[in-house]
Amino acid sequence: MSITVLLFASYADAFGSRRLDVQIGAPCRVDELVDAMRRLPGGARLPAAPLVAVNRGFASVGATINAGDEVALIPPVAGG
Amino acid sequence: MAEVSSPGVLRIAVDVAPIDVAGVLALVSDPSVGAVSLFLGTVRELNDGRPVTGIDYEAYQPMAELELRAIAQEVCDATPGLRIAIEHRVGPLLVGDISVAIAAAHAHRAPALDAARTVIDTLKKRVPIWKQEHYVDGAREWVDPTAAAAERGALQ
Repeated sequence: MSITVLLFASYADAFGSRRLDVQIGAPCRVDELVDAMRRLPGGARLPAAPLVAVNRGFASVGATINAGDEVALIPPVAGG
Repeated sequence: MAEVSSPGVLRIAVDVAPIDVAGVLALVSDPSVGAVSLFLGTVRELNDGRPVTGIDYEAYQPMAELELRAIAQEVCDATPGLRIAIEHRVGPLLVGDISVAIAAAHAHRAPALDAARTVIDTLKKRVPIWKQEHYVDGAREWVDPTAAAAERGALQ
């Protein structure tokens, strides 16, 4: 089982990829996914509580990720 | 064909195409309004005293458009009668290029001015768009407003 995570900006640089298949069973919680990502090469560069989006909306750390959800890690935003 | 002139969110776009300033102004213009405010964000030549040659903007495009639309809708819900159009550019931009345009129109000036201010302030907090600055010395860095804020706090 894996969940595909979209990566942008500094996080894409950290992991060296714009999408990552994370080996974790679905459903899982947002914080469980982030913990799994920390163990991957580049994962140590993640901040303590990175923002996560599920299905194009911000998700809390306790939110559930289901198989097929669109998941993205959101670096500190800097638009404008 | 008769123009539809109902107020609300009239355009949201996050795109590599250059921003059509006249286009967003035309969208919010209407015989019912007495005030049109326009905010333009542009690429500045210096950031924290460091010379910048350009900025690459990156977005999580579908979510960025959803968040921008949600922000504009919240502002319209709070102040009936507003007409809002927003374009944010992504891709490589040079000093002086327009990165974002926010047009807000209302019967009266205060709501039009306040709306543009609220949208740009909120955009900077929650729309998934990032910028990587290119410096004259060849270095490149992703801008992190949270790190800059933490640094300012530590220095105080």
